[in-house]
Amino acid sequence: MSDVSTAQAAPAPQQPASSAMIITLSLIAALSGFLVVFVYQFTKPIIAENKRLAIEQAVLKVIPGSTAYQPMVLADGKLVKPGETENGITIYVAYDKDKQFIGIAADGQAQGYQDKIQLIYGYKPSCECITGKKIIKLAETPGLGDKIITNKDFNANFDALSAKIHKSGTKLGHKIEAVNHGKKNFPWQIDSISGATISSVAVAKAINDSAQVILPQVNRFLTQLKEERYEPVIQQ
Amino acid sequence: MSQSSSNSADKVSEDKITSATFMEGIWENNPVFVMLLGLCPVLAVTNSTINALAMGLATMFVLLASGGLVSVLRNHIPKQVRIATYIIIIATFVTIVDYLIQAISLDLYNALGAFIQLIVANCMILGRAEAFASRNPPLKTFVNNLGMGIGFTIALLCLGTVREILGSGTLLGFPLFGETFEPWVVMILPPGGFFVLGGWLLLFDWLKNRKEEQAKLADIQQEAPLGN
Repeated sequence: MSDVSTAQAAPAPQQPASSAMIITLSLIAALSGFLVVFVYQFTKPIIAENKRLAIEQAVLKVIPGSTAYQPMVLADGKLVKPGETENGITIYVAYDKDKQFIGIAADGQAQGYQDKIQLIYGYKPSCECITGKKIIKLAETPGLGDKIITNKDFNANFDALSAKIHKSGTKLGHKIEAVNHGKKNFPWQIDSISGATISSVAVAKAINDSAQVILPQVNRFLTQLKEERYEPVIQQ
Repeated sequence: MSQSSSNSADKVSEDKITSATFMEGIWENNPVFVMLLGLCPVLAVTNSTINALAMGLATMFVLLASGGLVSVLRNHIPKQVRIATYIIIIATFVTIVDYLIQAISLDLYNALGAFIQLIVANCMILGRAEAFASRNPPLKTFVNNLGMGIGFTIALLCLGTVREILGSGTLLGFPLFGETFEPWVVMILPPGGFFVLGGWLLLFDWLKNRKEEQAKLADIQQEAPLGN
């Protein structure tokens, strides 16, 4: 090593051996890794349970009358249990207190004013309508855009928002769209909140984009959904 | 010999924990109102009281844990790699607090967003590790950091409550005013953070100036008889 030569040339400032630094950093990094993995392992099941509870609350809220649900996956024109396929769209199949199929819930998302708005909406085949929505994540302006969560008049739009399937069976009969405040003329239109038009339109787009694809497929599996008894995730 | 013994005596007196060790962070050197450190989370997440409290507690946890570890290891860390070591230690505890908050409440986690991870870049924590924890024994560091953490939390609450009351008309989610109250939305938007922080700094500066002037006045009154 060059330590000897520098020491002879001049009384250089004391340099600890690089091994000491390497050992210190390695030990600290190892300790850090151990702590992080330990906490990760400890909190993983709790976090998963929290996420499941959040979805459960949302699903049961958007389908009035539902008491239990279970996730299913739409993939390659089939309806299968999760885990049987890698790809596909997850939907939540909901059951009422008599364990009868009552409706489905699905995820939707669209660009809002600040960031993507994520939501879950419910659909009942009996009325061919959207029965509710719950915003999962948003970054809209507080006091303006976030009224899409709390505004009662706006939420009333989703009590029975028409979502009839087109005769061809591949899309909805009408586009679900947001119209200016007070201009709602049809049951498939959403009356926007004045002052939060962009956020209202985003909610409509999130539901429309998702429903156009998912609901016609769900419609094809209605008999399967009604007859096949799955073991719902929760029962009350 | 005598020199070394006086040195050790100095060291003992330095290691002594007094109320000033604890109070430093709460009043005299409050991280936010006096040192103006860690202002990024101070401005960003104080739009409600509960967010401010959660952020304050999370920061305090990281401050205490990282300060403790730095203090324990202070004689074993080579000077050249100390900053890197502090960063690893701080990042570890930030990751831990990130998982813990997710486990406690997803809503809270979503509300605090990226600012939990950004605790790692909070200059107050690195500053305390370098300025205090690396030079003092663990217990003293703990007491001092506890004061700093409480001071930081109080500062966040000062902003959070004012902004929530004015910006949403609520306190901890409970409505304070009637239906007719029109919230000052600007207060929960980013500009509100600056307005309220500016207001508090103004108040503390005014208090400080007044105290100094009173002290000066008292001095003059004491000296006056001498002059005569």
